[in-house]
Amino acid sequence: MGRMSFPVLCLGILGFGILYVPMAVMIAFSFNAGKLVSVWAGFSTKWYASLITNEQLLNAFGLSLFIAFWAATIATFFGLLIAIAFVRFGNFRGRLILSGLSSAPLVMPEVVTGLSLLLLFIGMEATLGWPSGRGVDTIIIAHATFGMCFAAVVIQARLRDFDLSIEEAACDLGARQPFVFLSVTLPVIAPAVIAAWLLAFTLSFDDLVIASFVSGPGSSTLPIVVFSKVRLGVTPEINALASIMIALVAVSVSAVAFAMRRRIVRGG
Amino acid sequence: MPQRQSIFVKLSAHTGRRLVVIVPLLWLAVFFMLPLLETLQVSFTVAMRSIPPYAPLWGFDEGGFFTNFTLDNYGLLATYWQDYIGPAFNSIRLAFFSTLMCLFFAYPMAWWIARSTVKWRVFLLVMVMLPFWTSSLLRIYALIGLLNPNGFINGMLMWLGLIDAPIQMMQTDFSIYMGMVLTYLPLMILPLYAVMVRLDNDVIEAATDLGASGLQVFRTVIFPLTLPGVIAGCLLVFIPAVGEFVIPALLGGPDQLMMGKVLWTEFFRNRDWPVAAAIAMLLLAILTVPIIYARYQDGRMDDTHEKETGAQ
Repeated sequence: MGRMSFPVLCLGILGFGILYVPMAVMIAFSFNAGKLVSVWAGFSTKWYASLITNEQLLNAFGLSLFIAFWAATIATFFGLLIAIAFVRFGNFRGRLILSGLSSAPLVMPEVVTGLSLLLLFIGMEATLGWPSGRGVDTIIIAHATFGMCFAAVVIQARLRDFDLSIEEAACDLGARQPFVFLSVTLPVIAPAVIAAWLLAFTLSFDDLVIASFVSGPGSSTLPIVVFSKVRLGVTPEINALASIMIALVAVSVSAVAFAMRRRIVRGG
Repeated sequence: MPQRQSIFVKLSAHTGRRLVVIVPLLWLAVFFMLPLLETLQVSFTVAMRSIPPYAPLWGFDEGGFFTNFTLDNYGLLATYWQDYIGPAFNSIRLAFFSTLMCLFFAYPMAWWIARSTVKWRVFLLVMVMLPFWTSSLLRIYALIGLLNPNGFINGMLMWLGLIDAPIQMMQTDFSIYMGMVLTYLPLMILPLYAVMVRLDNDVIEAATDLGASGLQVFRTVIFPLTLPGVIAGCLLVFIPAVGEFVIPALLGGPDQLMMGKVLWTEFFRNRDWPVAAAIAMLLLAILTVPIIYARYQDGRMDDTHEKETGAQ
């Protein structure tokens, strides 16, 4: 334990303040009877009540959940394949291409990813007749594509630490290879696979820019609806919605962090 | 480094192994590489009043091969440079200072976390990760509630009697920087923490014992040793910040135009897709240097990782 000088502590607290004060104020004012985020007009849960009767927001919420679920599932499966290839296959043919293709989406600006995928979908529709129009399926494809790159990074880190002698032992005992992977390797790396799925799910659920490009009429996800409302000014219902989402994230992140606390401390 | 025999190596002849590589490779080629090539094509074609609103770059008709190749879209960017190149410089400037600000707050925060007891460390790290997992759109929205002319800060200051009229905080560089720090601070803290937690305390003690002052220890020992984390964090913040859309769209005014917003407006409002594609190419060109540098850094870190594990 080193010395913690006063300025370091002050800056640290200020940093956490920047992260948390806006959220704290918003949560507090989501219970405000008035519309403004500056004048307290008494305690009220009316924005929560009007939120759960707002069909547009509820539909968008359901659609976002559906898209995020499938995008995360596809992304995790492909991310697992990419991770296996990198960690276990050594210097296979195409390693350089795969490593370039799977890391470039991580740093690609969202506007570029969104625009280029839209242009591809339009080009494919003109030449192949698929996808006809844009909607849920094109958003899932777009989200799965960048999600798998994040998933691959998360799973790779865990797979690298995996003790190969466990697999060898199973093989020596006569287990067949696909069986070894499913019954020995997968359970050991399961926490990383779940973490990868959760990350891909969150990225998809929160994405505004890419979804805006590749969505069609009638496929407005939650961020698209929220963005169009926020552009018009502060809407108290969004305060309530954001507070609920923050609470959900807080509970799940704390639970996962508690389960994985050893790994977190190591900085992995 | 010799690879240890694993079941996957034994599988080498098997087609299953080939599938593991080819399936994701194909997906990424079709849904990542191909779209970028298509965007490059569209950036060289002409806009048209049709669906889609651009002419095909090349094709065959009664007259045989035809092409609509033009450099006009890039010419437009150069001619109206105040509207296109200006925002490009603005993006770089705002992203650069945002990165510095993130570093300014993240460095002491990461140091604080890395030097805490294990129990505190888990708690503080969760405090860093929680905003990272929360929608950045909603966090930006929360910030608007704070900075608005009739928002929380102005309300408090007026209630306290410190100011008479609301201060203009929205649509300024200040609101952009606040939004950027709010969004990207966790991305700067995590790589810094990862190097700081591995920092050997004895090295610092040795320097102190030899009579170095606090500042000298920082300048000659701590900072050089944490430099890989500083570089990684800065790249993680700078690259997405340059292409940011939500922050300039919601927090910025006409003086805070950035590339992401210009592309968006060109596409959704002006419906000039070829020009939007040309802006995308310009944005990629700007980011090429930091992206390649990030890949190079990443590769080096992988190498050291392999060496470390190999030595065990």
